[in-house]
Amino acid sequence: MSLQITKNAADITTIALEGRLDTSTAPELEKYMEDCIAGINDLVLDFEKLEYISSAGLRVILKIYKNISKKGSMKLINVNETVAEVFDITGFADFLDIE
Amino acid sequence: MKKVFKADKNELSSVLEFIEAEAVKSGCPAKELMRISVCVEEIFVNISQYAYKNNKGEVSLDITDNDDNIIISFEDSGQQFNPLDNKPPDINAKAEERPIGGLGIHIVKKMMDAVKYEYVDGKNVLIIKKKVKNN
Repeated sequence: MSLQITKNAADITTIALEGRLDTSTAPELEKYMEDCIAGINDLVLDFEKLEYISSAGLRVILKIYKNISKKGSMKLINVNETVAEVFDITGFADFLDIE
Repeated sequence: MKKVFKADKNELSSVLEFIEAEAVKSGCPAKELMRISVCVEEIFVNISQYAYKNNKGEVSLDITDNDDNIIISFEDSGQQFNPLDNKPPDINAKAEERPIGGLGIHIVKKMMDAVKYEYVDGKNVLIIKKKVKNN
């Protein structure tokens, strides 16, 4: 998995994830977010190039969501069909802002 | 095709490589392949975390195709455990109240057409089945 991080003029941080967010790669995202989350208020996660998510990925997404929603907003964009299915069947689609 | 792996989550990428290569040989389309991979990951990681004490043991995976179905079985000699008995997670819980975890087996049950557990000759055997072709 690779992460690409950009910050736009409106101070919205966009993180584009590429590849698989699974048991092997989720700790990478978790570690990155632990280091940076203090400086992020509004977050966009761009899933255009994210092929795959498993429950290990969901755990990290939930952790980020709990953190960010205390102080700002979090949105997911460009979610593919398989990833959307995982969000649906686990009920994550009910609270996540998915565009 | 059968292959034995160490029950160690560091083996996950080798496990997925094996399953994906075999599923592609059976003509499994990309979308179904992704579903199968997610479920294989959930089950394999579950076994590698809970089956053996001190993380020492093996998991044998067997993938076959039968008509339009792909069937995968997981066998381990660890402590007897039926993951299907686990209480289902509350998928309607608010984000704030959600525990971290417990969703893997739920995903497997929802994504596969059939999931079966047996304890045979001192082994845990979990079998998943998914129809991958619409002929």
